[in-house]
Amino acid sequence: MALDLTIATGSSTPIYRQVVDQVRRAVVRRELKVGDQLPSVRVMAERLLVNHNTIAKAYGELVRDGDIESRHGKGVFVAQKRSIYTRAERSRRLDDALETFLGEAIALGIDTDEILQSVTKKLSNFTSQSGRGQA
Amino acid sequence: MNDFVIQTNGLTKFYGKKCAVDQVSLTVPRGGVYALMGRNGSGKTTTIRMLLGLVTPTRGTASVLGCSSLDLTPAVRSRIGYLSESHYVYRWMKIADCAKFQQGTFFRWNQTIFDAIVDHFGLDRSTKAGALSRGERAGLCLAMTLGTEPDLLILDDPALGLDPVARRSLVEAMLAVTSHSERTILFSSHLLDDVERVADHVGIIDRGVLRVQASADDFRERICQWRLTFETPPDALPAVTGVVHTEYLDNEIRLTIANSSDETEAALRALNPKRMEKTGVGLERAVIDYLTTRGSSGSLL
Repeated sequence: MALDLTIATGSSTPIYRQVVDQVRRAVVRRELKVGDQLPSVRVMAERLLVNHNTIAKAYGELVRDGDIESRHGKGVFVAQKRSIYTRAERSRRLDDALETFLGEAIALGIDTDEILQSVTKKLSNFTSQSGRGQA
Repeated sequence: MNDFVIQTNGLTKFYGKKCAVDQVSLTVPRGGVYALMGRNGSGKTTTIRMLLGLVTPTRGTASVLGCSSLDLTPAVRSRIGYLSESHYVYRWMKIADCAKFQQGTFFRWNQTIFDAIVDHFGLDRSTKAGALSRGERAGLCLAMTLGTEPDLLILDDPALGLDPVARRSLVEAMLAVTSHSERTILFSSHLLDDVERVADHVGIIDRGVLRVQASADDFRERICQWRLTFETPPDALPAVTGVVHTEYLDNEIRLTIANSSDETEAALRALNPKRMEKTGVGLERAVIDYLTTRGSSGSLL
């Protein structure tokens, strides 16, 4: 396991949000697997040199959204993710993500075929790694 | 029990005709880290010195740990750790002597904490305090202050003149203090990077006036930036409530706004921009916008 988070100050993304995003990304990329233990709030705060309340807030959000679970007295572990959003909310979030992605791709002057190809390629990477294959 | 370790009410200080601190009502909750920001000469040090009873206010009141700043007893004082801007030391004392001196002066003394910080800053105990570099002296002062295990730690611009390594040690020491949930730190700083890492609460003071006082999260959530793009930008903007800062680019106007609401959006839309977009603002940007604008609009108290 190599959970190597880095945070940037001065960003418009708050530090707790950077932690949340990076943990989620690590799970999607299978750098973190279900059942893996995360460093405690205190250790993570020391490692990143940030206020422990910031890490507590990030973990709180990850627990609330079902990404990780807190086992009493043992620590924090990556959870089997359940879908907690309604269909409408999922579609709204997907739409947001697509908007950002396509905006960037089109601004770079990439044509439709190329976009579709790279999406397919990336997707096959993800699904072969995670073994979920539910594309 | 009072939930605030520091509470001031209309605290004001005049030096002659010059108002250094203007009706500041500061509330610092117990536990956590409160960062007080402001430009040089904005009144941070004067405020801190009034809290400690070192400067008598012209008007208003201040209480620290439930005791009026004007009559702090030795018992209450010993629970406050104060690190002044200038890091005063007795130059003739060796570092080891500084520890003995503090031990004899304060009710509480924790040699382990003192030793840990002295080692952290890589100081040799037989060195005389007068021979230390600026960063080393800051380390010594920090060790002397934290060794007294204060319930309230007041640091006046502790990072001033520190090199990056010493600064990191300082932040580490501050974070270690707050792992005790009952301990509170009030510090003033210009280093927004450090503030973002450690602060739970922020206050912004500008020309003696406290313009922002909020939790760090709240502060970030309540400040946003609207970016308006125009075919031909208007010459003047109508008054929009909560505008903290306005920046004019070629065809774009960027407004940093506190407490943006539906009314704000409607007012901006009425300008008929080609495109308008709302984005978040980093802590650094938000603070700088507060400190570079004149006026009192967009107060967040």
